[in-house]
Amino acid sequence: MENNKEVLLRVENLVKHFPIYRGVIQRQVGAVRAVDGISFDVFKGETLGLVGESGCGKSTTGRTILQLYKPTSGSVHYGGVDLVKLKGEDMRHMRKKIQMIFQDPYASLNPRMTVGDIIGEPMMVHNAGTALEIQKRVAELLEKVNLNPAFSTRYPHEFSGGQRQRIGIARALSLQPDFIVCDEPISALDVSIQAQVINLLEDLQKQFGLTYLFIAHDLSMVKHISDRVAVMYLGIIVELADRATLYQSPLHPYTQALLSAVPIPDPIMEEKRRRVILEGDVPSPANPPSGCRFRTRCPIAQKGLCDVNQPPLREVTPGHFVACHLVK
Amino acid sequence: MPELLLEVQGLETQFRTPEGVVHAVNGVSFGLKEGETLGVVGESGCGKSVTMLSFLRLIPNPPGKVTAGKALYRGQDLLKMTDEEIRHVRGAQIGMIFQDPMTSLNPVMTIGKQLMEPLQLHLGMNKQQAAVRSAELLEMVGISDAKQHLNDYPHQFSGGMRQRVMIAMALSCNPQILIADEPTTALDVTIQAQIVELVKRLRDELGMTIIWITHDLGIVAGLAQRVIVMYGGFIVEEAPVKELYANISHPYTVGLIGSLPRVDETVRQRLFSIEGMPPVLLNKPTACPFAPRCKWVMERCWKENPPLENISEEHRIACFVDVKTGKAR
Repeated sequence: MENNKEVLLRVENLVKHFPIYRGVIQRQVGAVRAVDGISFDVFKGETLGLVGESGCGKSTTGRTILQLYKPTSGSVHYGGVDLVKLKGEDMRHMRKKIQMIFQDPYASLNPRMTVGDIIGEPMMVHNAGTALEIQKRVAELLEKVNLNPAFSTRYPHEFSGGQRQRIGIARALSLQPDFIVCDEPISALDVSIQAQVINLLEDLQKQFGLTYLFIAHDLSMVKHISDRVAVMYLGIIVELADRATLYQSPLHPYTQALLSAVPIPDPIMEEKRRRVILEGDVPSPANPPSGCRFRTRCPIAQKGLCDVNQPPLREVTPGHFVACHLVK
Repeated sequence: MPELLLEVQGLETQFRTPEGVVHAVNGVSFGLKEGETLGVVGESGCGKSVTMLSFLRLIPNPPGKVTAGKALYRGQDLLKMTDEEIRHVRGAQIGMIFQDPMTSLNPVMTIGKQLMEPLQLHLGMNKQQAAVRSAELLEMVGISDAKQHLNDYPHQFSGGMRQRVMIAMALSCNPQILIADEPTTALDVTIQAQIVELVKRLRDELGMTIIWITHDLGIVAGLAQRVIVMYGGFIVEEAPVKELYANISHPYTVGLIGSLPRVDETVRQRLFSIEGMPPVLLNKPTACPFAPRCKWVMERCWKENPPLENISEEHRIACFVDVKTGKAR
């Protein structure tokens, strides 16, 4: 790994708990520990993939980084500024630089606004030009995402899922951000359309030097688009490494099981493969297991060790971080 | 050669909508041998689910209507059966699992009651027998403490467990054929692997015939023996699984495989994407439905719809082009 990479975003001990209230006086009886102390860096110009099963806290991580959720504790340093401490006008300015692409292209576009208004709205809000300038920029953006500029007067319902996702991408790009959180941008799309959107995201990254945090549950897609990949389980990062290392020599038993569960479109390889099948389901994040969170499903967990201490995320080889007691 | 358990011939299904008649299935023919696992692959709207629902007579009419074709199950045409007869085929002879286990289970009925219902209805069991069999079924699909779980409601189960219950229900009357309609799409990969493994085990134990509908060419590779690829209401390619992946011949299948990144890829390549969108089937297709998105499209593709033809003994495609040379076959 190169050491001269510039850190664009540094997440330190980020925690996001959602309180659970019960009873007549709505007393807090517990918390869903969606994100429970995670730290990582995002380098400028890279794509960091964030994978995990549903409910592991990956989307919450993305939203908490953007301060769409107020973090319970921890810090998010972006270009030397701690986003967690920013308020009001300062935060509003910062939002120009950090944008988001959402999972559901049907729910994330206002059905009563034209495509032109949707893409132009961020620029209106941030006073980024006169009405005429914004109109021109919208046409430009539509072209950038391979849509006809004449579509700006149409409404979202006239578009297919893939086209809507392109509109969402154009909106995210409208203020020329540096950093975009892509929250499962392709999981609602058909296979052939997924490839179109992924290719578009890659082209735009090259063209504008964008940095992505790419959140997904599809391991093959994350491998394809990411430079480095972080694997999450129940609110913590269990393994983080560059893509080649993570996929060729995964160290954490969860990563190994996750990788072996991905089907490969090749019948001859599928016949030869040996699967690690995990038992059971992901435990509730409101009441995570003691010690290592993965121990309840781990094939190699040891009594007296894994159920007592939570393993820290440590660097085993340069750039390869693992949170497991049993990895040397 | 094993006899055909199910033979579908020239099946056509249409839907009347305010925009016009949607031609969802346009002359689909295929056979299903006893004991085999058939994978049906295609994107949303390609007609794969509608095909299955059509011969099971589960298409709501109106707006839908099966306008032509036959579906012979053990020599009897399912499309000509009385409602009473087809009800006995569904459930008792052909079991089905759907994509979303939450919407296919009744939320206000216990798991046990839902499992016992088909047993009492189709096999004439009494309550005690049905309860015992239900517990056995739950154990068979890998749910421990089955007896206790019989009194649970669906919301107390996780997605993977609900899908197991669905499988138990589909298998309750020992059906000959199990039709699985994207049963793992809503599940996480580790749970998906559990379900696929479970179905493989049950298939080997019970010698079941399976139709597995999916958009995931990866799952099909590890599960099916024969694969049908559908597009725009037509079968565009059909072959044994190894032949298909070794010798992909229809431009759509080529695109579909190319747009999948592989978890075992070592060099990052740009994904081969299929441009454009799936067709809207408002007009009766007279040309190749894939022509507008095809990289190899020729003059002729706009004028005629290519018939499904053999290119080798067991490999059929509906295309005028040889994708290896880029010229007409």
